[in-house]
Formats: sequence, C-alpha cells, structure tokens
Amino acid sequence: MRSDASGTNRDELLTGLSFGLIFGLALHKAGVTDYDIILRTLLLRDMLVLKVMMTAVIVGAIGIYALRAMGLVRLHIREAAVGSNVIGGLIFGLGFALLGYCPGTAVGAVAAGHLDAFVGGIIGMLVGSLLFAQVYPHLKWLFRIGYIGDKTLWQILSVNPWAVVLPVCGVLVVLMWYLETIGR
Amino acid sequence: MYTKARVAFLVLVLVAVVLLSFLTPARWSPYTAGAVIGMLCWLTFLISDKELGVSATYVRISGFIARLLHKQAVDDNEYYQDTGVKLDWQMMLLLGVFLGALVSAVGSESFHMHWVPGLWQDVFGDAVVPRLLIAFVGGVFVALGARWAGGCTSGQGITGTLQMSVAGWLAAICFFIGGIITATIIYGSGGTLQ
Repeated sequence: MRSDASGTNRDELLTGLSFGLIFGLALHKAGVTDYDIILRTLLLRDMLVLKVMMTAVIVGAIGIYALRAMGLVRLHIREAAVGSNVIGGLIFGLGFALLGYCPGTAVGAVAAGHLDAFVGGIIGMLVGSLLFAQVYPHLKWLFRIGYIGDKTLWQILSVNPWAVVLPVCGVLVVLMWYLETIGR
Repeated sequence: MYTKARVAFLVLVLVAVVLLSFLTPARWSPYTAGAVIGMLCWLTFLISDKELGVSATYVRISGFIARLLHKQAVDDNEYYQDTGVKLDWQMMLLLGVFLGALVSAVGSESFHMHWVPGLWQDVFGDAVVPRLLIAFVGGVFVALGARWAGGCTSGQGITGTLQMSVAGWLAAICFFIGGIITATIIYGSGGTLQ
C-alpha cells in the first residue's frame, strides 16, 4: 500500500510520463476506455477487458520472472489480507460497474471525450480518496483481518516460481481459447 | 547527461505513440494491446523499479486540493502522510495516460464528446444528470475500494497478478465478482440488451 512512496526527481518524472504515454495509447487502442466495453465484460457478453488483462499478465509474468532470474529486477509484493483485498475488492467491483471505468481508464476516457468519466468519475474518485484518508485511522484494524502478508502464490505453496508462473499462464491461455470458441 | 537520455527517451516514445496512433487501426486486438501492457510492465520494473499503478495518485491529488481548504488537517492525516502528497512518477504516468489516449483518439478520429454512454442511453435514456450521479457514486466506491484493497485494476489486477502476488489475485477476483454482480443488478440478466 505504501510501496510507491519514494523520492522524486526530474528523471523519474520524465520516465513516468513516457511510460504513461504508452499505457494511454494501449488502453485506448484496446477499447477499455469505453464504458460500453467495460460493462459488456461485466455482463459476460464480451470478455474483451479480461482478454487484455490476461494477455498482459501472461506476457508480463514470463518477462518479469525471466528478468528476475537474470537478477535485473526485484518483485514488489503488496501485503495480502482478506479484510483488505477481499472486502476492498468487492467495494471496488461495485463502483467499477456503476462508473464503468477504473482509475486508469477513466483518465483515458476523458481524453477520448467521455465526459461522464470526468464530472462523475474522476471527481467521485477524488472524493472517495479524501473519504478513505479520513476513515483510514479508524478502520485500520479491519484491513488486518485474515492477514497473509507480502506473499506470492509460490511462496505459499513452497515451490519454484516457475511451477506457478507456467501453469497459471497455461490456464489463462486455455481460458482465452475457450472464450474465443464460444464467441465471447 | 542522465536527464538528457530521459528526454531523448520521452521524445522517442512520443514519436512512436503519434505514429502508432495515426498509422495503426483505431482498435487493436485485445491480445496486441495486452501484450504491449505486459511489456510495459517489464520496462517499469527494469528502468524505474516501479509497478504500473494508478489509484494512489487520486489520494495525492485529493490531498493537494484538500490542503487548499484545510492545510493542517491534511498534514496531520496518517494516510496522507503515508502516501505522500507530492508530484511523483505515478502522477506523471497518469498525465501520460491522458496524453497518450488523447493522441490515440485524435489519430484514429474516434474523439467525440458526449455525456451519456451508448449502452446506458439504450436502457436508461439520454438524461445527463442521472448518469453523472451514478458515475459520481461509482467513482466514490471505486476509490474507496481501490485504496481498501491496496490497489486498482492496474496495481493489483495486472501488476499484482503477474507477479503471482496473493494480494493481487484476491483483489482481482473480487473486483470482477463485485463488478459482475452489480452490472447484472443494474442491467438485469434478461435479454434487454444485445
């Protein structure tokens, strides 16, 4: 949760901006900056959003774990707890379906002219963030229920990372192939 | 010297983004777009030692705004202290998302301003105020949920899951469970919609 609180300098800001340009391009070209596309996925009519995410996870996972094996990157594992990820995740999902954008795609949506992503969405998300900062000190105990810690799936299973990465990627490929065959 | 290399990188990326916006189809296949996002994650880890995340930026911007109204309350707040109310890598990432999507929309001639999404209009009509109210309420829950869950669709849903983090998988699965249930309640599971 606090992993991104680090120092600021000019180089870092320039690289952040560069990566954001690529991210914005990919999100818009994928179509996930569109309310209709997100809702169609949540209504299980067309799983486009899931296909984008699953492909990113497959490509990302194999690359990141290969780079890690070469000693070029380190993992950033956030703390897991049922009270945090499960309850927060369900609240997020509720908002996700009402808004029809997520925090990143809302920004891309505004850029494409979807004004409900700004007047409704971004302003709502700023108010929600302010609200969270106010309730955080009182609700901290809740986020620790069912605490698991900054663990990966392969650490929980005590196996080699690839023994999780490869099967997970395989399952995602099969799932995407299945979605294509049923035309979703 | 180092900064010059970063400026060169930014210019290179900008040129590539403009070219891809204008010269490639308006819509990429989800697999192409997903692969680009996956490879982008390699770069953010490799070059910046950071995760592709978004939702903490909303906390920082809300902190900037709240500071104008009540500086002490923000400076004393534990969560704002932990997150750090400052301009950082991730805020610039989000600025880049705006510009990248803008270039893409203009380049593919798909930019058009409107207040009510098509699907919503088909079922609930074209009144603007109800849509904005629901979008606002949705936005509040999205931000609350994202910070509660330790990240959003990018920080947990993509970057968390691809690292095989337990937090990422728990959050991502719950994002979709909550989203699918809510969307089904809103639009009904019947055949009202194509």
